[in-house]
Amino acid sequence: MAILKVVDVDKCIGCMSCMQACARFRYQSFSLYRAALQVKTRGGISSGFQINTCLGCTEPACAEACPTEALIPRKGGGVVFRQNLCIGCGECEKACPVDAIRMDPEWHIPIVCVQCGICTQYCPHEVIQMVEEVVPHVDK
Amino acid sequence: MWINDVRVLHIDLTNKKVKLEHRPDLKEWIGGTGAASKLFEELKGHEIPPGDEASPIIFATGPLNGVLPLMTKVVAIYRSPYTGDWGESHAGGRLGMVMAYAGIDLLVITGKAERPVYLVIGPHSVEFKDARHLWGLDVFTTGRLIRLHDKSASGRRSILRIGPAAERGVKFAGVNVDTFRHFGRLGLGTLMGMKNLKAIVVVGDDSTHFGVNPEYTKFYKEIYDLVVGSDLLHKYHDLGTPQNVLPLNNIKSLPTKNMQKSQFEYAENISGEYFADNLLVRKIACSGCQVGCIHVGLLREQFGPEHEYKYTQVSYDHELIFALGSMLETRTAEEVLKLIDQVERLGLDAISSGVALAWTTEALQRGIISEKDTGIKLQWGDTERYLEALQMLAYRVNDFWHLLGEGTMAAAREYGGEDFAAVLGQEMAGYATGPVFYVSQAMGVRHSHLDTAGYSFDQKATEYTPEAALEYIVSEDRRRVVLTSLVSCLFARGLYTWDRIKKGLSLIGYEKQAKHVEEIGDEIRRLRWKLKVAMGFDLDNVKIPKRYFETETFRGKPDPEFTNKLIKMYASHIKEIIK
Ligand code: SF4
Ligand code: SF4
Ligand code: SF4
Repeated sequence: MAILKVVDVDKCIGCMSCMQACARFRYQSFSLYRAALQVKTRGGISSGFQINTCLGCTEPACAEACPTEALIPRKGGGVVFRQNLCIGCGECEKACPVDAIRMDPEWHIPIVCVQCGICTQYCPHEVIQMVEEVVPHVDK
Repeated sequence: MWINDVRVLHIDLTNKKVKLEHRPDLKEWIGGTGAASKLFEELKGHEIPPGDEASPIIFATGPLNGVLPLMTKVVAIYRSPYTGDWGESHAGGRLGMVMAYAGIDLLVITGKAERPVYLVIGPHSVEFKDARHLWGLDVFTTGRLIRLHDKSASGRRSILRIGPAAERGVKFAGVNVDTFRHFGRLGLGTLMGMKNLKAIVVVGDDSTHFGVNPEYTKFYKEIYDLVVGSDLLHKYHDLGTPQNVLPLNNIKSLPTKNMQKSQFEYAENISGEYFADNLLVRKIACSGCQVGCIHVGLLREQFGPEHEYKYTQVSYDHELIFALGSMLETRTAEEVLKLIDQVERLGLDAISSGVALAWTTEALQRGIISEKDTGIKLQWGDTERYLEALQMLAYRVNDFWHLLGEGTMAAAREYGGEDFAAVLGQEMAGYATGPVFYVSQAMGVRHSHLDTAGYSFDQKATEYTPEAALEYIVSEDRRRVVLTSLVSCLFARGLYTWDRIKKGLSLIGYEKQAKHVEEIGDEIRRLRWKLKVAMGFDLDNVKIPKRYFETETFRGKPDPEFTNKLIKMYASHIKEIIK
C-alpha cells in the first residue's frame, strides 16, 4: 500500500494547504494543530521549509509502545489508529523517533497520520505524494 | 474564532495592562476592515491627534481567514502619522493564520512604552520584553535575533518589526511581516516607533476546534480547484505582479524618471520576464493560499577582490520595480534588487522612498535644491548613490533629509517643485495609465492603487467618461471593502464574486451578513469616509500636480477638464454618502 512521502520539499511554497486538508477531513477541524503533518520553516522563511510527517515505518515504534493496541502496524507501513481503544496515555508520542505524533491537548488522542493521502490531493506542487514502493527517505 | 465569539485583545503599552474583551456584536461589521473601523471609531481614534501616544493601532483578521483559500490578510487600522487621516494597511504572510490560532480576532495597541519593548503574544499570554538591545538594528537583524534568542516565541509564529527609519520618525516607515510581507505606505511603522514598540511576535499554537460540515468541504474543493486549475490566478503565480512592467511600458503607462516619461528604454531589463528567467529562486505563499505569488530573487554580490560572494534573497513586486527601477532609471534588475534590499533593511516604504528620491534627483538637476542641501549628488541610474541616499533618508541625517522623511510634498512645499512631485495623496503607485487612476489614488480612502484600481478602467473602459469612471470606482470600492473585511487577498477579487462571498459567509453561520452583505459594505464605506473626512481630509482640495498633465499616458495627456470633473463628482458622491 502507498505511503505518504515528502517527494521534493524544495518545491514547497509553505501554503499550509496540506495541513488544512488533513485537519478538515480527518478531524473536521480548521485547526492546523490537528494535522498529522507539519510544515515549518527551517529557521526563518528565507531558509525554506521542512515537512515533518510520519515516515510509514514498517516496524513502527509507536505501535510497539502503545499499551492498548490502539495503534497497530499497517500493512505496507505506518499505523492504523483505533480510537475506541485509545486511553490517551501519550506513549506513542514519546516513542516516535521523528516527533510525528502529538497528543491533542483537548481530545487526549494522538494526532497521527493514517496514510489516507488526502493531504496530497491539496498540494499545488506535488511536494507530498502517496508513493507505492518503499523508497529511501531523504530528509533535506 | 469569529465564528463562535469575537475576541479583542487590548494591550496598553503605557501601563503594561492587557484586557480581553468579547465582542460578538462586531460580527455585524463582518470583520477585518469593517470591524476594525468600527472599533477605531469607538476608541475615538479620529479624535486623538496623529502621533499622540494614545493613538490606537488595530489589527484585525476576518471570519473567513483560514477557512477558505486566499483568505490570508490582516488589516491594520490607525491614524496615519503621514497624512494625518485614515491609515489602513494590509499584510499577508503567516500573521492571519497565527492570530487565528492564538485566538485573537482583533488586537488593539494603545499607549507608549517607557523604553523600547517588543511584545510576545500567545494564546494564553502576553509578555512585554525589553527591546533596548534591538533598538537601532535593521529589520533583518531584529528578526534574526528574536528567532534565535527568544524561546518564548518559538512555535508557529509571525514576527512584525520595524527598522531604523521608523525609530527616527520617517513618516512613511513600514512594518515588516515575516521577512517578505509588509504593512506599508501610510506610516504604521512610524506609529510603532512613536510607541517605542520595536516588534510584535504572535505565537499561535492553540488547537481551537470548529465543526466542519460536508457542504463546507465541498465548497472549499470548488474554490481550491479554481485556484490551482483555472486561469484566474495564473499570472500572480507565474511571473507575479512584475508581469505588468512590459505591458505597461508598451502602452505608455510605466512611470519613469520622476514621471517625466511613461516609457523606459530599459524596461526589458527590469521586466517580470527578466527577473523570472535570471534571478527568481523560489516562490512562497501566505499561509492558507495555494498561489504562491511571493517571488524571491537572488541577489549575488561580490564583496572581496577574489571570488568572494554573498547572496541574499529579496522579494520583488511590480510596485517596487517601478519605484526603485524605472522611476530612478535603474537599468538592471540586479540593481533594483540591491535597492529593494536596502529599503527592506531600513524599514522604509519602497514606493514612497523611490518616488521621493526621483523628486530629489529632478530638484537637484533643476537647481531647486543643491548638493549642499542633500550632501550627495544624485543622478538617474546611479544606484550606488541611491543606496547611500536611502540611508540618509532613513537616518534623517540633515535638514533636507529630515524634511523629505515627512513626505515628498512636504519637501516640495518648502523648497519648491510641487509641480513635479509625483504625489497623489501620497507618493504614486506604478501606473501612469491615465486620469482615472490619478484621481482614484488621490481620492482613494487609503491612497492606494488597490482602493479602486482606476488603472484598470483606464486600460479597459470602452465608454471613457467621468460618469462611467465614477460608476466603476464606486462599484470596485463597494466590493473591495467587503473583501478586506473577510479578510481576502485582493488578488482573489476575480475568484470571490458576490455569490461566492455570500456562500462562504453562510457556511460559517453568517447567514444574516451574507444576505445583507452589500448593505453592510456600504455602511463600512460610509464609516471610513466619515472618519477620514473628520480627521481632516479635504474633499474640496484634491490636487493633481501639473506633471501629470504634461506626460503621455495610455489615454494621452490627461484632459484637465475631464480630470477636474471626475474629482468634483467623486467628492460630491462621498459627501452624499457621509451626509
Ligand atoms: S508515527 Fe512515528 S513511529 Fe509511528 S509509524 Fe509514523 S514515524 Fe514511525
Ligand atoms: S495522509 Fe492523511 S492522515 Fe496522513 S497527513 Fe495526509 S491527510 Fe493527514
Ligand atoms: S500543500 Fe504542498 S506546497 Fe503547500 S505547504 Fe503542503 S507540502 Fe508545501
